[in-house]
Amino acid sequence: MRKMEEVRGVSIGRTAPFDVKRVREDFPILGTTVHGKPLVYLDNAATSQKPRAVLDAIRRFYEEECANTHRGVHTLSMRATEDYEGARARVARFIGAAEAREVIFVRGATEAINLVANAFGRGRVKAGDEVLITTMEHHSNIVPWQMLCESTGARLRVAPINDAGELDLDAFETCLNDRTRLVSIVHVSNSLGTINPVREVIALAHARGVPVLLDGAQAVQHLPVDVRALDCDFYVFSGHKIYGPTGIGVLYGKAALLEAMPPWQGGGDMIAWVTFEKTTYNVLPHKFEAGTPHIAGGIGLGAAIDYLGALGLESVSAHENDLLRYATEAVADVPGLRIIGTAREKASVLSFVLGDIHPHDIGTVLDQEGIAIRTGHHCTQPLMQRFGVPATARASFAFYNTREEVDALVAGLRKAREVLA
Amino acid sequence: MSDLRELYQEVILDHNRKPRNFHALDGANRKAEGYNPLCGDHITVYAKVEDGVIRETAFEGSGCAISKASASMMTTSVAGKTEAEAERLFELFHRMVTRDGGKAEPPADLGKLAVFSGVCEFPARVKCASLAWHTLRAAMKGSAAPVSTE
Repeated sequence: MRKMEEVRGVSIGRTAPFDVKRVREDFPILGTTVHGKPLVYLDNAATSQKPRAVLDAIRRFYEEECANTHRGVHTLSMRATEDYEGARARVARFIGAAEAREVIFVRGATEAINLVANAFGRGRVKAGDEVLITTMEHHSNIVPWQMLCESTGARLRVAPINDAGELDLDAFETCLNDRTRLVSIVHVSNSLGTINPVREVIALAHARGVPVLLDGAQAVQHLPVDVRALDCDFYVFSGHKIYGPTGIGVLYGKAALLEAMPPWQGGGDMIAWVTFEKTTYNVLPHKFEAGTPHIAGGIGLGAAIDYLGALGLESVSAHENDLLRYATEAVADVPGLRIIGTAREKASVLSFVLGDIHPHDIGTVLDQEGIAIRTGHHCTQPLMQRFGVPATARASFAFYNTREEVDALVAGLRKAREVLA
Repeated sequence: MSDLRELYQEVILDHNRKPRNFHALDGANRKAEGYNPLCGDHITVYAKVEDGVIRETAFEGSGCAISKASASMMTTSVAGKTEAEAERLFELFHRMVTRDGGKAEPPADLGKLAVFSGVCEFPARVKCASLAWHTLRAAMKGSAAPVSTE
């Protein structure tokens, strides 16, 4: 208990207390039960829950202004277009983009990386060239590059990490050379919680003229991100991990780079003029948005960003950091528990193994207690191999989680030991 | 808690702690690999088959308590059975863990394998229980490609 008090002492002082009780009321699902127990949702790195403001925005679109965008002269179409483009402008402001046209709406971070691998990669990456990633990448930041390398004869290089799960910057630098065409690296690791030193990474890459893509799927909901201050060339994230709907995500790219890239998918909306002989393409961002977009999704994402902005990312991240510290201390007393990912800079993710007990069995026991965590390889199989484990159990926190929920997790882990020992 | 005890019966926990036939098999003339892409479980099943009779089976790999215990008990259950008998056992087992056939008691033919009847209450774990069996079936058919539960 004394330990907990000390942790609490650290958390208070710098920021005003975060009213988590009030915030929880904004999320209808948090009042539900699972197996007769109050839901304890600790799988936020997989997807976050949605506040009423987002649900209302989506409903309002379908009930009051459902129409296609960029097409009709009728009132509903103009309203839909205005709201969809308004959401784009909000996203641009949220990540500090210079212009809204640098924000391309896609299905999610995965599609954004595939877009870059295809539209940027195919023109610029040739046989013998290299794409540089790290050991801690999600499959979505490995496989698109492997596919590109297979089709071009380029080589995928992997910068190593240390036992704490931190990028080895010296080794990273030695992986850069005059054949490197792109660095693609995760901003915050989904499996470890490591916050990568992306400023240093970008500086090292740019010193050699190499552009950098940051996978921000686990970052934008936890840390303030300013793409211009970072000077990254591409930034990607998914709407559903930042309290927005599934099926919508963002590719940010510097305008000059996006302008120079060929389109990826062809179809309606991405064209300026079509004849059977030749098609001229539309301007940014439409050049990369073929077909009817996920209009409701874009509007929902805009509402999510507004919601998060109103809470304030600083107080959100202070609360989440407090939870992570509290949880890290609390699980230290569970016999046999080993945390995977002990980087000095971490955000919101507690990945662990528990003696010989397989994470799936932990997951099943916790589920019976109403506690949702992720168990498995977290779409980072090479990273699991690096740590010599087949899988981990992962609790990941959002601002609506509480210390009581962490206590429930710890009690659940003790129960898992009882049941499975 | 009662549901959990139904799932994690003592026999299952015992086979998880001390899996039987948990090794590569010298002289095996059947072998297949199985994956559960959802969770990354990976298993290799070996079998020695003579005149249509499974003389011996063994397995290697990693997985949860359910998948390991299921593989372990499978190796002890099919030894000495014909390929057709093993196939029949798999069908009964699969029907039990997916509760295909309602709430009926597990058929007596399943013997000790009836301890897996609790799995049907945990739909997310059915694939864990059936991975070894799918892999054995692939080994019998001589499939070169690894089987997947997806």
